[in-house]
Amino acid sequence: MNENETRTESTHDTPQAPDVDGARRGFIGTAAGLSAAALVAPGVFLHSVAAAPRTEPVTSDVRWGLLIDTAKCAEGCSACVEACDRENGLDLQEPQGSESKWEHQKAVWIRKVKLQDNQTGRITQLPLMCQHCEDPPCVDVCPTGASFKRADGIVMVDRHLCIGCRYCMMACPYKARSFVHQETHGQLTAVPRGKGCVESCNLCVHRRDYGEASTACVDACVQEGHEAIVFGDLKDPNSVISQRLRELPSRQIREDLVLNTGVRYAGV
Amino acid sequence: MAKAAVRIGLVVLGLVWGAFAAQTVLADEVKRYVVEGSPAAELDACVEPTDQMRRMHMEFIKHQRIETVHEGIRDTKYSLTGCVDCHISYDANQNPRPIDQPDQFCGACHNYAAVDLNCFDCHASVPNRPGADAETAHRAAGVLGQVASTPHKEASEQ
Repeated sequence: MNENETRTESTHDTPQAPDVDGARRGFIGTAAGLSAAALVAPGVFLHSVAAAPRTEPVTSDVRWGLLIDTAKCAEGCSACVEACDRENGLDLQEPQGSESKWEHQKAVWIRKVKLQDNQTGRITQLPLMCQHCEDPPCVDVCPTGASFKRADGIVMVDRHLCIGCRYCMMACPYKARSFVHQETHGQLTAVPRGKGCVESCNLCVHRRDYGEASTACVDACVQEGHEAIVFGDLKDPNSVISQRLRELPSRQIREDLVLNTGVRYAGV
Repeated sequence: MAKAAVRIGLVVLGLVWGAFAAQTVLADEVKRYVVEGSPAAELDACVEPTDQMRRMHMEFIKHQRIETVHEGIRDTKYSLTGCVDCHISYDANQNPRPIDQPDQFCGACHNYAAVDLNCFDCHASVPNRPGADAETAHRAAGVLGQVASTPHKEASEQ
């Protein structure tokens, strides 16, 4: 019986709703808006402070990769190589000792390669670096576990474990790895380097861990006005690299090895 | 009764003096290792109490390096970069002195303990900030004179 009464009362209340005090409704609206902003703001804040160091382990939710449009890669331009050298302290390597060629070898992370089709005479330029394979042969052969693939797809060397056997250099189909033959001095904090270890492109891993958007080579290519290299997340369908991969016909170098490389080339 | 009070008073005085003296000795000992004028000299303790740091620092950074290299975690409590940043000292010309030199924080102690220090065979022994290119970083760290970056200059002149 009581329940029935309450029901009738509530139905009576409904038509009265339009009489609600406008000022009060406005106040509630503002309060709701403010609390919504307070809830959203931390997320926005995290996004804007991109330079903050990473606090959580990398996950396989992303896979970093590069797309290189060889049609845009200009002859005689080596901006990406030079930028890589500066970023990773490769330009600080000083040959020591005798004049022999062996003693003067320097580590190189990107090589500019020129291809010529002997039948048609067509020339293609491309930068070649570590291809960041999904199934990297260098990791397969490493006897100490120094050569490894990070969860986000970056193939790199843990120098603490590397014994300098160079088996990975033999295994790599892309000649992407270098051996440091000389003692080094004046290294960068972000890029340690020492005698007796193998190294290669790590997609500017220090930039990744500090939340920066691109790599040194990509920045340099954009600055030169070529925009031949795109960096991004291969697993995110909305990333620029995924969109470009959908539009452009691209290939993996040595597709026959079925390594599923993270670096793709268009126009080869 | 009065004699007893004096005796107790003297004992208390002795204990208090003893405690102070011990602390002073400890402070002097600490000063020998922390380079004067470095940021660390301003602090009471490192990221852990001093006695722990002395015995365990290698363990701390050994575990941290796996987190950083393999998992990409860069905000760890322990870091070799942190050692360098805080314990670095500067010479008269404001140039940082490599921390593994035998008269510097890491170098001095490892020299005394006869423990081979090879962190700095690969790692930077002066602060060189990430993000900056090599020349900027070295200029900022004041060590441009130590490293010749001629290959790049030649390339840009051509």
